Amino acid sequence: MSKETAAMLSIPRSQEEGQITTWISLKKYAYLISLVLPLAPISSCYLAVTTGNGLWLWATIVFWYFGIALLDKYFGDDEANPTDKMVEELKSEEYYKKVMYLTVPLLWAGVIACAYTVSQYEWSWFSFLGGALSAGLVAGIGVNLGHEMGHKINDRVQVFFAKMALALSGYGHFFIEHNKGHHKDVATPEDPASSRMGESLYKFVKREIPGAFRRAWELESARLKRMGKSEWSFSNEIIQPAIATIALYSLLLAYFGPIMIPFLLIVAGFGYWQLTCANYIEHYGLLRQKNEKTGRYERCQPHHSWNANQKVSNLILLHLQRHSDHHAHPTRAYQVLRDYNGVPNLPAGYPLMFVYAMIPSVWFSIMDPKVVAWAGGDMDKVNIDADKKDELYSRYHNPEKKAA
Amino acid sequence: MSTENFRKYCCITCDMIYDEELGMPEEGIEPGTRFEDIPDDWTCPECSASKSDFYLLK
Repeated sequence: MSKETAAMLSIPRSQEEGQITTWISLKKYAYLISLVLPLAPISSCYLAVTTGNGLWLWATIVFWYFGIALLDKYFGDDEANPTDKMVEELKSEEYYKKVMYLTVPLLWAGVIACAYTVSQYEWSWFSFLGGALSAGLVAGIGVNLGHEMGHKINDRVQVFFAKMALALSGYGHFFIEHNKGHHKDVATPEDPASSRMGESLYKFVKREIPGAFRRAWELESARLKRMGKSEWSFSNEIIQPAIATIALYSLLLAYFGPIMIPFLLIVAGFGYWQLTCANYIEHYGLLRQKNEKTGRYERCQPHHSWNANQKVSNLILLHLQRHSDHHAHPTRAYQVLRDYNGVPNLPAGYPLMFVYAMIPSVWFSIMDPKVVAWAGGDMDKVNIDADKKDELYSRYHNPEKKAA
Repeated sequence: MSTENFRKYCCITCDMIYDEELGMPEEGIEPGTRFEDIPDDWTCPECSASKSDFYLLK
């Protein structure tokens, strides 16, 4: 690799301030389109009830997986990166937090609206499923909000809202496991939340969900032990959001009856599924190299995450897709996350990538060549599924190719 | 070098602790190095969080 190429790797794309000021000012308000995801199920419930057509209950799901992809195709990538001066101005502006504080109660309202609609009217099982999946998607968006705010550990208000957002899907252990576990082990074979090349989404989930819970509980127990407290106390930050989940689910069950049992199973399951899909696509196959002398992995750098810079999906997901910068700067607020040159890029925004991931043959055909290109043909540099190692080595391992 | 009042700093993201008394020799930081004497562009060796993301443990 030439020095010039190395210098091009992983640098935030810089821009002249004049080029981007207008868009960044407009973007401040454009983040409000992220409210579409809690509001869509509320509107579709209303339409289903007023028209009597249960197919409306599928509208949110169709919009999520395909509508956003079309909008991404139309509006393209987000070229704007805030300058250092803008970062200083934007990073602590209260407005951006208020967008999230507004979203969390709307997410709760979205789940409750779906619960009300599926339980108080007669629907086919198919329409019921659409309503339950819509609520599950809203719970999954709660994980996204919980992720953003759960990183701001020194801000009690954000941490409270993070817990409330995560409570919707019963994934309250997320921000412990994610911050102290995933951010430490990301892009290594040890991380249950980083997928390996050749590992299908359906194999990954069996490692990810139990692995994440185990890691969260161990980390939280260790923290409480250091404080001289029992792991079964109200100071346990896994138990706190779990209480909110139990309260919400019990109330829904009490008010709307036994139909809430399958409904809530789908809500939590589909909420978890959104996170599983995100974890799956964010670091697929990427590997940090281990320093054999110190036994420590190299620091996580921007090229250890798959980045997606599509404008609309990034607004809706509050820049979650600018994942390269997120892992390089874990506490950086969403509004100042930047796009990078020289990082691996996903060909589409997250929702469409989730669809590809759910069809393993499609996922492997799109992503495996990208992982190989990222590693310069050297499969020793790839986080690889042990069961697929021989097959993938014989197919792709060609480290000389790049050197030549 | 004073051996008194060494402090510990904790990474806000991953809880890694920097102990001034021990330093981090494998990172080229000698034992006894004050946190403020570590270069500003140093990042958490565990999770890459910025130096400014460390807080003082009391």
